[in-house]
Amino acid sequence: MLRIDKLDVRYGDSKVIQDVTFEVGTQECVALMGRNGMGKTTLLKAIIGMHPSHAGSVRLESVELANLPSYERVRQGLAFVPQGRMIFPLLTVEQNIQAGMENSGGGEIPQYVFDFFPVLHEMRLRKGGNLSGGQQQMLAIARALVSNPKVLILDEPTEGIQPSIIKELARTLNALRKERGFSILVSEQVLSFALEVADRVIVIDRGSFVHEERREQLDEEKVKAFLTV
Amino acid sequence: MSLEIAFMQLFNGVSLFTILLLMALGLAIVFGLMGVINMAHGELMALGAYVTYLTALAFQAVAPGAMEIYLFVAIPMAFGVTFLFGYVLEKGFICWFYNRPLDTLLATWGLSLILQQAYRSIFGAQEVSVPLPTWLTGAWEPVDGIQLPLNRIFIIGLTIVVAVSVYLLLYRTRWGLRMRAVTQNRAMSAAVGIDTKKVDARTFALGSGLAGIAGAVFTMVGSTNPGTGQLYIVDSFIVVVFGGVQSLIGTVMSAFAIAQTQTSLEYLLSGSLAKATILLLVIVVLYFRPNGLFAVKQRS
Repeated sequence: MLRIDKLDVRYGDSKVIQDVTFEVGTQECVALMGRNGMGKTTLLKAIIGMHPSHAGSVRLESVELANLPSYERVRQGLAFVPQGRMIFPLLTVEQNIQAGMENSGGGEIPQYVFDFFPVLHEMRLRKGGNLSGGQQQMLAIARALVSNPKVLILDEPTEGIQPSIIKELARTLNALRKERGFSILVSEQVLSFALEVADRVIVIDRGSFVHEERREQLDEEKVKAFLTV
Repeated sequence: MSLEIAFMQLFNGVSLFTILLLMALGLAIVFGLMGVINMAHGELMALGAYVTYLTALAFQAVAPGAMEIYLFVAIPMAFGVTFLFGYVLEKGFICWFYNRPLDTLLATWGLSLILQQAYRSIFGAQEVSVPLPTWLTGAWEPVDGIQLPLNRIFIIGLTIVVAVSVYLLLYRTRWGLRMRAVTQNRAMSAAVGIDTKKVDARTFALGSGLAGIAGAVFTMVGSTNPGTGQLYIVDSFIVVVFGGVQSLIGTVMSAFAIAQTQTSLEYLLSGSLAKATILLLVIVVLYFRPNGLFAVKQRS
């Protein structure tokens, strides 16, 4: 489905992501774990096209995306829920979701969005910037969903979210993946959340992959060692 | 103050309001929404005025009998030409300066000088003016003692049409939604699938086109020379900043407040003293409300 091959990303002369290769299979969920500053966000931004890659390939099915702008990658089937949500603060909830409907050319918001996130229906006329962190996270996911992605990319979706909402978020993502049939690539620091949603866990350290395991065989202590300072 | 004088003062205030609003609407989009400090915005208004002048000349030469209706061709022409010019300008020039406000300021100031010189070379340094159709000359006298200039009434009507059209475009169309999304977060807009380059160019072109309409309108109340744009640009920025950047309602309210205050003060003081007082009031208000009168509020 999504194949990243020998990807290099740099900030000036400094190498942030080095020679990273991995794949996200059809309907698979891969969790990318690592401490702050290890390159998770940079890698995801390079995949969606918000940050240029220096070398390597980003391929979705048979289409090479590495040289395409973000909006073309979305058109091809990627969707992105960024760290910090980045919802449009002055647009209403409804308009935020409609902004994500470029692939379908706009129109009515599909009912399944409000079925999964009823609170967004209640708040559809409220400005996005006036929602709580948890509500903004749901909105950011809804905005990404309506592009009908093949791969949903989420960058630290639990950041700043209270624990009860985190569990709810994991349940919703699992249900969405099952119903909508997309793959998920999620970066995380909360291991319990990753274990709830991921089929496979990859640990990134200083821009390179250092550990990879399927959830069933996961050595939690080993992963935790990479996550602690 | 008699009732007639009070009414005329109110009308003059509304008239000035519509002129300020027309001037500021384009800038409210280019500067207020896109964040581009376009110092050449006044020259785009001048371009609209010169297009109107050329259209009038063309009508006089080709169809003098149709001079009564030339404005209905000239105003869309002014919009169209400045829209296209703005589109090309964004694609070839402005797009390199996003998120570099000081560079933008300098570059567009340089552009304004180039445009002024271009107007001087093409049209000469002298002022040019266009003939008003006969139906726009004179005044309407609803009651004895009150005379409302017809050209001002036309400008008020045109401003309403333009302002309502801009509102509908921005808040009731998918294009407007894209435009508002991109102006709030360009990178994220691209990441939800919006072709931001196309939206940037069209948004800038729309702001430029509105400046063109403003320029066309100014030919009805004054003459045009290569430096005309400089007369308008300061007032346009004051209206947008005073109302609150990113707030179109703020621009409307700001234009209304400034216009009514200015005409009232002009009645009591001299014109220049009224202008100076307005500037002082704007400075005081911005000191206490640095984001303008109608700053957009959101959860931090």
